[in-house]
Parts: sequence; C-alpha cells; structure tokens
Amino acid sequence: MKRFAAGDIVQVLALGKTGHVRIPHYIRNQIGRVTEYCGTYLNPEDLAVGNTAGRAVDLYRVAFSQRQLWPDDVIPQHDTLVIEIYDHWLAPAKETPNAP
Amino acid sequence: MPHDQGEHEALVIEDEAGNIEAQIVVDALQEVLIGKGLLTALEVTSAIAKLESPGIHLGAQVVVKAWTDPDYRARLRSDGRAAVQELKIPVTEARIIVVENTPELHNLITCTLCSCYPRSILGQPPSWYISKAYRARSVREPRRVLAEFGLDLSENIQLVVHDSNADMRYLVLPEPPEDLERFSLHELEALISRDHLIGVAREVA
Repeated sequence: MKRFAAGDIVQVLALGKTGHVRIPHYIRNQIGRVTEYCGTYLNPEDLAVGNTAGRAVDLYRVAFSQRQLWPDDVIPQHDTLVIEIYDHWLAPAKETPNAP
Repeated sequence: MPHDQGEHEALVIEDEAGNIEAQIVVDALQEVLIGKGLLTALEVTSAIAKLESPGIHLGAQVVVKAWTDPDYRARLRSDGRAAVQELKIPVTEARIIVVENTPELHNLITCTLCSCYPRSILGQPPSWYISKAYRARSVREPRRVLAEFGLDLSENIQLVVHDSNADMRYLVLPEPPEDLERFSLHELEALISRDHLIGVAREVA
C-alpha cells in the first residue's frame, strides 16, 4: 500500500540497522518533501544477504533543503538535495518552514 | 571535448583506486578457474569488452534526440528507460530518471554510498565519481565542487543534487546551445561531454 504521495512531508527514520542499508547517515532524522513515487523494489537489506524472496518495498524520491541539512553553511535558500528512501525508513511528518 | 578532462580530474582523484589486495584475490581466483577449465581467458576479455562497450556517445545521442524532437523529449522526461530503448540502446537499469537543466536550475548527480551510474548510456564512471572525496563533498559542499570543475554557478540558479543511493539512475539533460540549427546531429553529439551528463559542466557550446 502506497503510504505517501508527491508533496507529502516525511521524516527519515534512524533505524540503526546494521548491514547493507542504502540510507546514508547524513539524511537520517531529516524532514523533507516527497517528490515522486518510484514503484516497488526488492529490499537491498534482504538482497545483500542473498534473500531474493523478501517483500518488495515502496521507494520514494524525497527532496530536502540544503540549508536544513547543513545549517552552519551559507547556502542559497533554493538549493535542494533529492534522495531515494524506502518506505520503511519514512514516517509522516508535519509541515515545517524548512521543508523544500 | 569542449575542455580538457585530464586537468580537473587530477584535482579530485585521491589515491584509493589502486585496491591491490582485491586485485591479488581476483587474479588468483581467475587463475584457479582457468586452470580447472571452468573459464577461459577469452571469456574474461570478452566480458570486459562487453562491460566497456557502452560509452557517453550513447548518452549524447539521447540528448541530441531530445534537443531536436520535442515529442521525444517529453517521452524521455516521463519514462527515461523506454525512451532510451526507442533508440535501440539496451538498458540494464530498472529506471532512468532524466533531470533537465533550465536557465534557472542546474542538476548534479552523485552516489554517496558507492558508484551508481547509468552505465548503459554513459559506460563506466570516471574514477573521480567513485572517489570518497566526490561522494562526500558533492552533497556536503556541491557548489565548491562545481567551482573546482570550473563551473561557478550563479547563486540565482537553483542547484539540485541527486543522490542515486538506491534503484534509480540519473541522466542530466543539459540546455542546448543557443545556435542549435547551425550544427549537424553529429556535430551536436560531439559537443556533449560526460561531465555535462553528470552535471559537473553546464554550458554546451
């Protein structure tokens, strides 16, 4: 079941999983806006240990404000970063003034 | 090529490409497999040739088609993989997302976790793309990285960095040169460099 749509505000979870996870540390806990639903894909956390029978998971592209990611830097307000996040790493979040 | 790629690559490559240990293991494994008759040296070289045959000429072909055919450009933006396949280019990636530069917006592609790259249309990534310095700095201070590549991006232009950390692969669609009609299709293709299609270069002229 697709949980999010383009425009939704989401927070990246910090699941603390070990092994082959595809969610880099710099984006964990950050709040962003879904830009696109990418479809379902086999979970790389399963594939990395040879499990090709796992459930396919929803994948989203999520945009973040560069200023919010790196608050100590002087960055133009409109600069953004877009990254792919699997559904189980996302939680719904409230609108913030910083979301892109 | 519009500029010398050797010059800036020297600035960003660090000494991490020469993974000697892995090379020794691979060489030993190959020797054993060939010795046992499970593999031939010819099979190895033909696999390498197959891996290395795609190159940026394919990406350039896609871009020029998009510049000269508005309907194709629309199809490319909505389904990159299908549009690339229309040109009889085999695609191994699950999806190709084409991000378009405009006078107000510039796109930059990176893979912070490893070296994800649209290999079907651009071939193997350059060594700086795989370097830890580029992977970290392209998200942490992308405008400084662009400046080191010789691109001083105006603050009025929005910079969008795409981290291809998972299943999508990305291609930058640069803006066409102003005097597009002056060139033949082949000349246009020759103006496009790999750096334009990653986003570390912007103007095609």
